[in-house]
Amino acid sequence: MRDFSYLRATSVDAAREAAALPGAMLLAGGTTLIDLAKCGVTEPDTLVDITHLTGLDRIEVNERGATIGALARMGHVADHADIKSRFPAVSEALWQAASAQIRNMATMGGNLMQRTRCPYFRDPSNFPACNKRQPGSGCSAIGGVTRGHAVLGTSEACIAMYPGDLAVALVAFDAVVHLGERRVSVDDFFLLPGTTPDREHAIELGEMITAIEIPGTAAARRSTYLKIRDRQSYEFAAASAAVGIEFEADGRTIRDLRVALGGVATKPWRARAVEDALKGKVLEPETVRAASLLAVEGAVDHGANHYKIELAPRVVARAILKLGETA
Amino acid sequence: MTKTTIPIHLDINGQHHELQLEPRVTLLDALRDRLAPTGTKKGCDHGQCGACTVHVDGERVLACLTLAAQAQGRAITTIEGLAREGELHPVQAAFLEQDAFQCGYCTSGQIMSAVACIREGHAGSDDEIREYMAGNLCRCGAYPHIVAAVRQAALEVAS
Repeated sequence: MRDFSYLRATSVDAAREAAALPGAMLLAGGTTLIDLAKCGVTEPDTLVDITHLTGLDRIEVNERGATIGALARMGHVADHADIKSRFPAVSEALWQAASAQIRNMATMGGNLMQRTRCPYFRDPSNFPACNKRQPGSGCSAIGGVTRGHAVLGTSEACIAMYPGDLAVALVAFDAVVHLGERRVSVDDFFLLPGTTPDREHAIELGEMITAIEIPGTAAARRSTYLKIRDRQSYEFAAASAAVGIEFEADGRTIRDLRVALGGVATKPWRARAVEDALKGKVLEPETVRAASLLAVEGAVDHGANHYKIELAPRVVARAILKLGETA
Repeated sequence: MTKTTIPIHLDINGQHHELQLEPRVTLLDALRDRLAPTGTKKGCDHGQCGACTVHVDGERVLACLTLAAQAQGRAITTIEGLAREGELHPVQAAFLEQDAFQCGYCTSGQIMSAVACIREGHAGSDDEIREYMAGNLCRCGAYPHIVAAVRQAALEVAS
């Protein structure tokens, strides 16, 4: 790991100012940043430690929704009683996202800045070509081992998968990122790779995530996060789904449905086609399975990741049907 | 780049240490290379194996992804800080009794994680123990005995 200078920010404004200088980066839990610095992927000159700022770790939940400070740690949010009862998919996504140790370290804001696990991105010495690391250098993944790469939202420049869980739940429930005064929906916060895969987030120089806001809805209250992995725990998703549902008074007809996918796309992937196909319909296994196929409309595989195109709709269907059973 | 060091004060197992370190030094390297209580192990050094698990302000974290500079002002507990007056911590005793290791390299991380797992109230069943101990890998595959040790220690701590 290349050496850098370290400073502790004393206020949000001081942090933003310091992090806007060339070569500077904000440091929160460090679970991505220190790891990538060791890999030689990120080479900061200065780390601006924001973990000692006070007041940014609050979790406030009321009828309108939840506002979670950027420095609230994943484990605390996952275990928060009101998050568990009003936003079960968010809690479940968080506790399945990482080990207990990492959940104790990693912050909510830092989690949104998590980088891809693409093994080519993570290994600059063996794979110099990576458009995400070095714009214009090419993509080592295309034509390489692609079992863990995205099938949705890819471009000719990049097929790296977005590896997170939290943001999949957030995008399903129309959560909003607070960048100080500026507000950006989580859907807009994550950018498609297109021709600029090096730019992953709609955050500008001098900005800092201060909070995440999740509107309180009936669908968020009846929600779940289903994560399918190669091993039972502590693993990134092969495919995952955040799903929330609200029924009409009859308890069978779908009034509102939220579906988002993880483990298959280049960003947290909202599957509105599935939602639209099922709203107003009675929840029946055959109807749900047929509509869930729409989750992977437009998917493109690169060989070894083809299984995700079959797996993702099944994960979506299973999650929807599981919520139906609790009616 | 010139190697600049900064003063770093660490509170480890109740003892205060004053060090002069490069900012990039992790808590794990500070513990092992500068302070020499080498019970905390370096496995993957990338947050994937849990061998370096220590407690910071009572919560289990990974020393390999924590900068020593960040840990200033926090109370750090390592495996060396568990025993009281020569008496092993109940989790340490349970690991011995259940033979919960083979090569032993992951063991201090397993024990630090288990102490926290029990304290958090996540040792209620074997499945819960497996889930909440999932961040600690054991390449010898001593998992059944590790689960038995955590279960035993949880009962002892509760009684």
